[in-house]
Amino acid sequence: MNAVRHALGRIAAAVFLALVAAFFALPMLWLASAPFDAHPSITVSIPEFTLANFRAVLDNPYALGSIGNSVIQAGGAALIVVVLAALAAYALSRVRVPGRDVLLYVLLLLSSVVTGTAAMVPIFELASRLGLIDTHLGVILVVSGGLLPAAIFILKDFMDATPTSYEESARVFGASPLQILRHIVVPVVRPGLATIVVWAVASVWGGFLMQYILLRDPAKSPSAVILYTLYTEGGQPNLDLISTFSLLYSLPVVVMYLFVSGRYGFRLHGGLKQ
Amino acid sequence: MNTDAAGLGKRRAVGFVLPALVLIGVFLVFPALWTIYLGLTDYRLTGLAAADPQVVGVENYTTALGDDRFRNSLWLSVQYVLGSAVIGQAGLGFAIAWMLRGRRGPVRRVVEGLVLLSWILPSSVVAFLWIALLDRDGGTLNALLGTPGAAWLLDHPMLSIIVFNTWRGTAFSMMLYAAALETVPPSHLETARLAGASAFQQLRDVVLPRIKGHVLTNMLLISLWTFNDFTPFLITAGGPEGRSEILPFYVYTTALRGGQLGFGAAVSFLILLINLVFALAYLRLLRNRAPASALAPGRREASG
Repeated sequence: MNAVRHALGRIAAAVFLALVAAFFALPMLWLASAPFDAHPSITVSIPEFTLANFRAVLDNPYALGSIGNSVIQAGGAALIVVVLAALAAYALSRVRVPGRDVLLYVLLLLSSVVTGTAAMVPIFELASRLGLIDTHLGVILVVSGGLLPAAIFILKDFMDATPTSYEESARVFGASPLQILRHIVVPVVRPGLATIVVWAVASVWGGFLMQYILLRDPAKSPSAVILYTLYTEGGQPNLDLISTFSLLYSLPVVVMYLFVSGRYGFRLHGGLKQ
Repeated sequence: MNTDAAGLGKRRAVGFVLPALVLIGVFLVFPALWTIYLGLTDYRLTGLAAADPQVVGVENYTTALGDDRFRNSLWLSVQYVLGSAVIGQAGLGFAIAWMLRGRRGPVRRVVEGLVLLSWILPSSVVAFLWIALLDRDGGTLNALLGTPGAAWLLDHPMLSIIVFNTWRGTAFSMMLYAAALETVPPSHLETARLAGASAFQQLRDVVLPRIKGHVLTNMLLISLWTFNDFTPFLITAGGPEGRSEILPFYVYTTALRGGQLGFGAAVSFLILLINLVFALAYLRLLRNRAPASALAPGRREASG
């Protein structure tokens, strides 16, 4: 009786896991097959193999440029976030600034409450008045403001866990605070900095709403926005272009994820994901 | 840790913190406060009220609360959060974590890998994948089910985006519950099984009491993110006829497309207040437990 129940349980578990795998794989099959299909259609099918579809990306006036825009915006934001967050986190970790704990608490609260959805109206208005509409700088500053509180929080955890003895001995030998920061602190917390860079790049690379609101000019728009206009703006969607462009645009985040999970293990500490 | 090991000094410490605070102040704090003021005006994108906006007091709020479209939108948001986050992501995420517990090897890697992949692909890519999947004429789903011509996005827009968001976001719950289940000692489960407890009884009496905190944390976070999620806009744009117009789309359509900035700001402020309730509950919970900065990745869903 028990053996039968056990066997049935194992079969049920296997069926369940197979269904889960199918449910999650099904929508993604198209992304794996259509880019290489000589006659891509909206239905998933075994492709008649070709690489000719990738020509469509080269032929489109905005596709390649939009990947460049994504690089500028994601790279710019990641740089600002990692530099400013590292400076702030270091100071907050090592020096007793009055009101520090309240400040951190309020920052964490704000970063989760003031979402893109809740703040799109004032952010659009603010960017208009500052002349930041249709600029890379506008996107970079707005998304950095949103990412910074969490970045400071995560990096402060890293700094707190780092012993101060190296810094102390360097100081004994007469190193200035900035030298200590550059030559001792930065190398020690490098994994934390890498985490923040990957996290910031991934979230700006995939982000849509802020970029969609702040940019009108397709020549400045990142891939997230250009891809959306490819399938929503009238007429028959060009499936050669959409499929190959989607794949090229997705690859960097997938590669980054594989790199991070291979190197550090993909777990939930500090929230390593956009 | 408060030893100023590098000899930074208070002045320089403030100088280190200031640039980040300025950026946060201008692009995060100020917009939040400004929403309150804008929401009390009749400010518009164009026309007379654009040049010279008037303070109209709480009129925007009374208009919103009396507006059928707003109330409908709020109700759709409740359905969206309950359906796709609380039931969909948390339920499926727990089920997967439970079924994979103690397993190693290729099955676990494939299932986890697929679930994670659906989470990390960019929003505008997954949105089109679902448009293609659910397409009326050539969609793979209709081909599989043998239901040619079924217009899922037109006939069942809410169901479509609820299933979509379950697919999109289950990874977080799965990972959180997988970590939580590792804190349940296998010996306790073994003892319960030997005592003749059914799988359901084991879950209820052994597992649940241990992971209660994780369950609550997960519910609060995914509800907050789902409530602010803009991604399904890329699939249905709130249509047809507003039947999938959850609150974020309502703000976008009325304020930025319709130009009613003052009114949109008022609705935004209501969203902020609802977010605040979720976040305060979460932080309260955190104070009683080990520190974790999991709130951080919240911008993902929010930035769509």
